Amino acid sequence: MNISYLYSLIAVIVLALFAYVGSKFGGGEALFGIIFPLLAGLTFTVGFIYRIVDWARSPVPFRIPTTCGQQKSLPWIESACIENPTTTAGVVVRMILEVVLFRSLFRNTTCELKEGDKLAYRWEIWLWVGALAFHYAFFTVVVRHLRFFMEPVPVCLQFLETLDGFLQIGLPGLMLSGVVLLAAAVFLFLRRILTPHVRYISLASDYFPLFLIMGIAFSGILMRYFTKVEIVNVKAFTMGLVTLQPHIPDGIGGIFYVHLFLVSVLLVYFPFSKLMHLGGIFMSPTRNLTTDTRAKRHINPWNSPVKIHTYEHYEDEFREKMVDVGLPVDKMLEAQPPEAPEAPETPEAPEAPETPEVPEKPEVPAEPEAPEAPEKKE
Amino acid sequence: MPKKKMYDQGKVFAGLAIFVGLLIFPFLLNLGKAAPAPELKLSDKAKAAKECVESKAYMTAEHMQLLNEWRETVVRNAQRVYVNSSGKKFEMSLSNTCLDCHSEKAEFCDKCHNYAAVTPYCWDCHVDPKETM
Ligand code: HEC
Ligand code: HEC
Ligand code: HEC
Ligand code: HEM
Repeated sequence: MNISYLYSLIAVIVLALFAYVGSKFGGGEALFGIIFPLLAGLTFTVGFIYRIVDWARSPVPFRIPTTCGQQKSLPWIESACIENPTTTAGVVVRMILEVVLFRSLFRNTTCELKEGDKLAYRWEIWLWVGALAFHYAFFTVVVRHLRFFMEPVPVCLQFLETLDGFLQIGLPGLMLSGVVLLAAAVFLFLRRILTPHVRYISLASDYFPLFLIMGIAFSGILMRYFTKVEIVNVKAFTMGLVTLQPHIPDGIGGIFYVHLFLVSVLLVYFPFSKLMHLGGIFMSPTRNLTTDTRAKRHINPWNSPVKIHTYEHYEDEFREKMVDVGLPVDKMLEAQPPEAPEAPETPEAPEAPETPEVPEKPEVPAEPEAPEAPEKKE
Repeated sequence: MPKKKMYDQGKVFAGLAIFVGLLIFPFLLNLGKAAPAPELKLSDKAKAAKECVESKAYMTAEHMQLLNEWRETVVRNAQRVYVNSSGKKFEMSLSNTCLDCHSEKAEFCDKCHNYAAVTPYCWDCHVDPKETM
């Protein structure tokens, strides 16, 4: 039985209580309102950059794009220019579709045994639906929160708010994205709990971010529709943060600090966890490489130059001795001792050793014919 | 760890620059500015009344909830009189009660709402009595 979700749940509850109780003590408001959020923002930024630079230092020795379309080959064979892109433009389109629509997740399939022993594959769309709803809701909520960090607030944000609240339920108007965010996070959690094989592979680090985000959404919803905070004071506080003149106003209760502290924890946790897929998606070689392996020679960047000794070279070196003991040689003519004594070594020796080295130089992507060059010349 | 080469440096740094730019954008936007909460102006009538429909703290945080309650009661129950917590009676009306006291809507409701970026849709139908005169 996998109960790692309990550890994550307890961790989030303890963090929330810590913020709720902590903010009540003297100085607690400054700690949870100013010091933690600023430190968390710094950790997030530096950690994120560190992870990206670390990834950028790993060479990608081979082209490893995953594709699901015909590769470009002969002109009369129709090729899939986005599914199997050979050009940068094709890759850009594919990346945009991946980031915006989660295209590869859309193709998710599941396999199961039917009637005992029949293996059946089925298109599994619900993970895609849940993930898309979750990410778009999260994004919308974060963008709407920008109203706390700008003065004056741009019209497009107010437009987004009108759109998000178009159902006009209750006052303050119900924001769809907040509800969808919480519902989708719960769905993603239930999926992990209720599907046996997904539960089997789920770790505490899979549940923790889900609970954390549920906690953030829940405290936000509580604050907006139920316990209420004085929004004007909250905005005065956040504007203090972004103008670097922080101060703590009154009229913002414990729930606000819970919300803010859980967000701070999320920011600190982000760069060191699976949430880094936000940056990672742009660096995944299975998505961002062109499939031009047939048209272009790609050389492993960590190939060290290999010293090789080809047979021709070998024969040049030992031809006399080989002929002496009666071994067969490829090039008899020059090796014949009775003919001109100066001739044999000079014309042949300098040419032969150079040719085989051409394809070995890692920096120069050679022409497609290059590897065959040595054989053709002789 | 030995220093390793970075691959695709140009693209990676461009991406990181966008990332950092987005993060510090609110800070840059507000550089050297201060944006304190707006000063609200109470009309003479409100000043004379001294008190709002409910306590000030309640009004500041929950006036939308109160308005929602009023709307429900009037439109669905045809009940137009509100008795507040201290027994005082008010006619439940957005234009005739709230805006009667807070007659300078632009200096009161709107100022606050602009700061918090809320745009109540009420004014599509309800009027500010002062504006129509
Ligand atoms: C202290 C500042 C303040 C004042 C003054 C104020 N409001 Fe508000 N009002 C707010 C805030 C903040 C919200 C949004 C609350 C939220 O987003 O949770 C709001 C929301 C509303 C809403 C709900 C809007 C929606 O779509 O969610 C209505 C209606 C409303 N106010 C009416 C009024 C009226 C009428 C007045 C003037 C008599 C007024 N308010 C004065 C701060 C204020
Ligand atoms: C009898 C006159 C009167 C009426 C009617 C009235 N108000 Fe008020 N309102 C006041 C006064 C006076 C204050 C200032 C209270 C104080 O400072 O203690 C106030 C304060 C407020 C505040 C808080 C402002 C702040 O600085 O945070 C809001 C919000 C508000 N009123 C909204 C409304 C709404 C909405 C209605 C209609 C439901 C309404 N008022 C009806 C007189 C009135
Ligand atoms: C589609 C038009 C429309 C919109 C938008 C609208 N109302 Fe109304 N409202 C009405 C009508 C019609 C009545 C009934 C008037 C009556 O019976 O006196 C009413 C009545 C009310 C009443 C009680 C009667 C009175 O005189 O005020 C309140 C309070 C009220 N609305 C609040 C609101 C608030 C707050 C909003 C914005 C969140 C809002 N309304 C948006 C049409 C609208
Ligand atoms: C990861 C970032 C965050 C997420 C996912 C998040 C989520 C939410 C959600 C779902 C709500 C419910 C209401 C709505 O849908 O708008 C909410 C409300 C709220 N959040 Fe956040 N939040 C985040 C960051 C922050 C930050 C950094 C602050 C302030 C410094 C903040 C302050 C508030 C406040 C004051 C409310 C109440 C809004 C209202 O009453 O209108 N949030 N949040």
